[in-house]
Amino acid sequence: MGMLIVLAIVVAIGAWLLAIYNGLVRGRNEVKNAWSQIDVQLKRRHDLIPNLVETVKGYMQHESGTLESVTRARTAAMGARGPADAARAESAVTTALAGLFAVAERYPDLKANQNFLALQEELSSTENRIGFARQAYNDAVTQYNNRREVFPNSLLAGAFERAEVFQLEDAADRAVPPVKF
Amino acid sequence: MWEQIRTNRRRSAAVVALLGAVLVATGIALGELVAVQAGGDPRAAAFGGGALGLGVWLVLWLVSVTQGDRIMLALAGAREIQKRDHPQLVNVVEEMAIAAALPAPPRVFIVDDPSPNAFATGRNATRAAVSVTTGLLARLDRDELQGVVAHEIGHVRNRDVAFMATAGVMLGTIVLLADLGNRLVWYGSPRRSRSSSSDGESGGGQAVLFVLALIFMILAPLLAQILYFALSRRREYLADASSALFTRYPEGLASALEKIGRSASQLADQGRVTAPMYIVSPRATALFSTHPPLERRIEILRRMAGGAGLAAYEAAYRSVRGGSVVGPRTLATAEAVPARTATPEATPVEAAAARSRQASDALLSAGGYQTVPCSCGARVKVPPPLQGQVTNCPRCGAKLAA
Repeated sequence: MGMLIVLAIVVAIGAWLLAIYNGLVRGRNEVKNAWSQIDVQLKRRHDLIPNLVETVKGYMQHESGTLESVTRARTAAMGARGPADAARAESAVTTALAGLFAVAERYPDLKANQNFLALQEELSSTENRIGFARQAYNDAVTQYNNRREVFPNSLLAGAFERAEVFQLEDAADRAVPPVKF
Repeated sequence: MWEQIRTNRRRSAAVVALLGAVLVATGIALGELVAVQAGGDPRAAAFGGGALGLGVWLVLWLVSVTQGDRIMLALAGAREIQKRDHPQLVNVVEEMAIAAALPAPPRVFIVDDPSPNAFATGRNATRAAVSVTTGLLARLDRDELQGVVAHEIGHVRNRDVAFMATAGVMLGTIVLLADLGNRLVWYGSPRRSRSSSSDGESGGGQAVLFVLALIFMILAPLLAQILYFALSRRREYLADASSALFTRYPEGLASALEKIGRSASQLADQGRVTAPMYIVSPRATALFSTHPPLERRIEILRRMAGGAGLAAYEAAYRSVRGGSVVGPRTLATAEAVPARTATPEATPVEAAAARSRQASDALLSAGGYQTVPCSCGARVKVPPPLQGQVTNCPRCGAKLAA
C-alpha cells in the first residue's frame, strides 16, 4: 500500500515536470516560428535592394553617396546574427532606404518609371510585413520569457535560453530624414 | 479577441438553429396553404410541409457551410486575381493577414463595379476570400485601402465570414420560399376544398389556419432579416475596431468610409441576400439596415485620440454611442497601442489617375489579357484570342507581336 502511494506521487511529479518541459519546448518553438516569419521578410528586402539600386542608378548619377549607403547597410544587415544585432542593422537599412526614396522625389523621370514604382510598392509592403511580424514575434518572446522565469518552471529553465525581442527604433522607422540641399 | 470569437460562434449556431425553426414553420404554413387551397388533410399536409422544411434546412445548411463562400462570390460577380494583376492590393491583403495572424492569406477577388465597396467571405480562417470593387481601388490611397482590407480581415478573424455565408444562403432561401407561398395565396387556384361545404367546424378551423399561415408567410422573411441584421451591426463595429488595431491607423478606415459615403453611385444589382456582406450597405432603400450609419462609424474612429487598440475604440464607442462593444475580458488583456502616422504618397491627382488605370488593368489582366508596350508609348491590352498573332497598335498603327 505504502509502496503504491510513493509510486503514485513519483508518477505525478514526473508527469508534472514533463508538462512544464513540454510547455517550455512549445514556447520556444513558437518563438522560433515567429522569428522565421520576420526572417522571410528580411531576406525578401535584401533581395529587392540590388534591383532597386540597379533601377535608380541610371537616373541618379549625382547621388552615389545615397546609393552606397543603402548597399552598405544591406551588406551589414545580411551579416547580422541574432535578433538584437539584426534589429540594429535593419534599422540602418530602413533609414538608408527612406533617404533614397526622399531623394527620388526630386527626379520626376524616375518617379514615372514603372519598375521603380513596383519596387517602391514591394519595399514598403515588405517593411509593413516586418512591422506586423515583429509584433507577433515580440508577443511570443514575452510569453516565453515569462513562462521560463516563473517558479517552478525556472527549475527546468536552465536548458532553455532566454529569447531576445526584436525592437526597431519606431521613430526612425517611419520618419523620412530631412534632405539638405 | 477570443471572447468575441466564442460569442460569435455561439450566436452563429443559435441563429442557424433559429433560421432552421423559421424554415420548418414556413414549410408547415405552406403545407396548410396547399391543403386549404387544393383540399386534403391539413394535419398531414402540415406534417409533410414541416418535414420538407426540415429537409430543405438540412440540405441548405450543408450546401451553405461547404459552398456558401463560392455562392456569395458568384452572386457578387467576383473574379479572382493574382499578385501580377494588382500587386498593391495583394500586398495589402497579405500584410493584414500577417497583422491578424491568420494561418494563410485569404484569396483576393475584384468586382467590376464603379461604386466603392468591399466584402469578405469564407468558410474559416484558412479558407477565406476578400473582394473589392474596381471603384474602391480607383478612389482609395494605400492607407485607406489598408483600412478597408483590415476591416474585412477583421470579419475573417472574428469568424463572421462563415456565419455570414451560411446565414446569407439560408436567409435567401427563406425569402424565396415565402415568395412562393405569397404567389400561391394570390395566384393559386381558388378551388375550395370539398370538406368545407360538408363540415362547417373543420372549415372554420381551416380558415383560421389559413389566416395564420398568411400572417406567418409575411412575417417569416421579416423576422429572419431582423435577426440577421441585428447581429451584423455589432459585427461591423467590431470589425472597425479590428481594422484600427491591425493597421495601427484608424484614420485610414475613417477617411475611406468618408470617401465611400461621398460617392453617389450605388452598387448595381444587389439583392437582400448579399447586402450584409459589404463594408457599407449597398442598398439605399433597405428597411432594416445591416450597417450602422457611416457618420457614426467615422466619428468613433476619429475619437480614438491617438490610440489604435481595442481599449481606445471601446472608449470612443462609449463616448459616441454609449454602451459597450468589445467584451470586458478581451479588454482586460488588450494592450494600449499607439496609432502610427500617415504614409506619404505621390501627388493626389496623378495618384488617382494611376489607381484608376491599375484597377481596370487588374480586371483585364485577371481575364487573361496581355499588356504589350508599343514604341509610341501606348500600352496595348491584347485579349486571349489574339495572343500569339501580330496586331496593330491602335494609336500609331505599328505592328506588335503579342
